[in-house]
Amino acid sequence: MKNQYLLKREIPLYLMLAVPLVLLLIYSYGPMFGLVMAFQKFEPLMGFFRSKWVGWGNFQRVFSFPDVRQVIGNTLYIAILKIVLETVAAILAALMLNEVSSKLFKRSVQTIIYFPYFLSWVILGGVLKDILARDGIVNGLLEKVGFVPVLFLGQPKLFPWVLVLTETWQITGFGTIVFLAAITSISPTLYEAASIDGAGRFRQTWYITLPGIQSMIILMVTLSMGYVLNAGFDQILMLYSPLVYSTGDVIDTWVYRMGLQQAQYSLAAAVGLMRSFVSFILVAVSYLIAYKSSEYRIW
Amino acid sequence: MLIDNSVGRRIFKFFNGFGFILYALICLLPMVHILSLSLSASVAVTAGQVSLWPVDFTLKSYEYVLKKAQFWLAMSVSLKRIVLGVSLSTFVTILAAYPLSKTRREFRAQPVLIWFFVFTMLFSGGMIPTYMVVRYTGLLDSIWSLVLPGAVQVFNIILLLNFFRNIPKEIEESAFVDGASHWRILWKIAIPMSLPCLATIIVFAVVGNWNAWFDGLIYMNDSKNYPMQTYLQSILIQPNIKLITKVQAELLRAISNRTLKAAQVFIAAIPVLMIYPFLQGYFVTGVTLGGVKE
Repeated sequence: MKNQYLLKREIPLYLMLAVPLVLLLIYSYGPMFGLVMAFQKFEPLMGFFRSKWVGWGNFQRVFSFPDVRQVIGNTLYIAILKIVLETVAAILAALMLNEVSSKLFKRSVQTIIYFPYFLSWVILGGVLKDILARDGIVNGLLEKVGFVPVLFLGQPKLFPWVLVLTETWQITGFGTIVFLAAITSISPTLYEAASIDGAGRFRQTWYITLPGIQSMIILMVTLSMGYVLNAGFDQILMLYSPLVYSTGDVIDTWVYRMGLQQAQYSLAAAVGLMRSFVSFILVAVSYLIAYKSSEYRIW
Repeated sequence: MLIDNSVGRRIFKFFNGFGFILYALICLLPMVHILSLSLSASVAVTAGQVSLWPVDFTLKSYEYVLKKAQFWLAMSVSLKRIVLGVSLSTFVTILAAYPLSKTRREFRAQPVLIWFFVFTMLFSGGMIPTYMVVRYTGLLDSIWSLVLPGAVQVFNIILLLNFFRNIPKEIEESAFVDGASHWRILWKIAIPMSLPCLATIIVFAVVGNWNAWFDGLIYMNDSKNYPMQTYLQSILIQPNIKLITKVQAELLRAISNRTLKAAQVFIAAIPVLMIYPFLQGYFVTGVTLGGVKE
């Protein structure tokens, strides 16, 4: 009796979920099922069901490509550099911004430095490609002060650093928001007590502010760990060229070229599957750590 | 906080302020430079005379861009995408968040269903299988390929369901006692009480839809169907050798591929500039929105 009543009450809830669930089934779970193509000699006209089954063959072939190891190395190198530099830059900027006492100045600075975050990498890439070009303004300035012009986007040695620095430039401002929020939640009495005890600003920052935002720092770093295999696909696809594949090609760009440009569907899907699998473990572990260490929960 | 007016403190403040001015300039000047390029004659641009102010001011580049049919096609695809994409994903987010915000007692399937949604944040089929599914559902070269695959944004759903949960239970219960159905409660109570959260989701979705370009690149075979940013990307990756189309010699003095690119980069940034003031109110919530972008 009670069950029947409950079910009647639940029917509208199921109805509401109908559209979201159908979309999720097709466009999220569909591709997950589609990963079977990594074990097939996939042909688009035959589909997921009728393509020939080849077992682990694609995975063996993947590692016969000499550039795959390099691509994995590049991904980790670029992503880890980005995580470290972007976190340090955001913390530093937040600490400094906290020391600005003029409200108007602070707000103006924030308005400007948050902005690049909202521009797509097509726009930012367009800007960077122009100003960093051989005849661009940066090289113009370098030449004026007597340096030789630098091919910022064409030198394998420089390219990863260009990626890391430009992304840091893009998101540091926006990244300060969480840390600023954490700083404002520190009790002012702590600072008063410290300054009565004779601690200067620097020591207050070191002994009160930094420990005060420590849990936020740990949280942000753990959460970003889950995205180590995603070194910034949009940015790299926009800025790289065959000249810098040796240091700038990452898993996602490789999958894109192999799969969608050269139609090596199964091979690309095999790499994609490994990437999804490792990402899954990393994301799950990072959420677990975040949950255990700082009670972070998403719902 | 105690006021500290020592000399050391004042010197620090000066350098700190100076540092931030420098930082702000680094964010602004590249955009200013691109704007100046787009407004300068190509001869001056090639000669490297343009830095932060237009030289031989001309609107020819903009004129040329705004006369291109492709440009307006791309603009219309983008607008269609924003309207369809934002309304569909808001609709879907609301419809999913309400049932999932219920407790296990009210909705027995809730714990299973929420995991069904959350799992897609942890694991994905990746680029190639997703492309194949979009292809098999017949969406290639259709505006729906830019709308349907990304319609369910699980992170937004979770954001909104947390908001729904913070609505005092008593309000809902009294409505329920008065005989209101779930649909009515959703429409009359839950949605009106979570407008700030919905506004955040919508504003960020508008920017996200405007900025997206990779889906357009892979799902559209015909470049006539490219949205603005994809169209722009296809132009930007072409080398700066010479104009693809035939342009009169006289016009070539005023415009070059470089000034045209600059003009288009700037045009593509304008909508973001316009919506930016509205975004500012939602930054803090927005951080959590952007925190889990794949």
